[in-house]
Amino acid sequence: MTDEIIAPPKNAILLLGCPEVPVQMAIALYIAHNLQKRGVDVLASGNPSVLNLLKVSDPEKHYVSKMVVLEKCIEEVVEKKRSADLCVVFAHNDAAISYAATMRHLLPNQRLVVIIFGKNPEPLAELIDFKCEKIVEKAVHNPIQLKIKINEVFEWGASKT
Amino acid sequence: MGCIENLKYEMILPLGASFKECREYVERNFKEIYYVDPGYKIFDEYIIGLPPIALGIEDGKKIIFPYTKPCHGTYLLRIEGLDEVARVRKTAKKKK
Repeated sequence: MTDEIIAPPKNAILLLGCPEVPVQMAIALYIAHNLQKRGVDVLASGNPSVLNLLKVSDPEKHYVSKMVVLEKCIEEVVEKKRSADLCVVFAHNDAAISYAATMRHLLPNQRLVVIIFGKNPEPLAELIDFKCEKIVEKAVHNPIQLKIKINEVFEWGASKT
Repeated sequence: MGCIENLKYEMILPLGASFKECREYVERNFKEIYYVDPGYKIFDEYIIGLPPIALGIEDGKKIIFPYTKPCHGTYLLRIEGLDEVARVRKTAKKKK
């Protein structure tokens, strides 16, 4: 148990990876929902396919109202036009770890949470040698265990669903 | 690949190369090597990756650099560009 108090974020960037692993979309909407209901301004970023999945899944933008393509997001963060108190990176391949490392470098003092999932997340997690909070879970289709770990890390109350 | 797609590029390492493989390849195969941080701009694109990111210069006119796409991993590309070579030499950290 730590005494460290983490200030609640005002805004967050969710950096989504390639959409081929089904749990990503469910977890992204779950995190967006939980952050938003705590007053956090949430921006989702990913490639056009990811953003289209979000748009179709959440047509009235209840969970994610702001989206930007990945390249534009990186550009804006590099040029200091955009920042966030919290960055959550979804990683199920090597490329996503590169994106997480990039966000660590660009936002050195902000909270960075890297969610590592997919069929074989452990070797990916071992590639991370930069400061961040890691959530590692073998998850492809079933998001429940991942959700439980996310609840613990973000200190969101237990849910029976 | 955005703007890079419009350039004449050569793919040195195939799709799905890891960032580590790209760095090691550059360090092993090129004599003139520079290091940059993520977010360094080259050919109008921001480089993604774990620092330090290795770039190679070949024949004084070609740059070898990693280019990451979310679904495919990291490509190692070779693109000719005298102006970019000059800029890298001026702004990046040279390997001693």
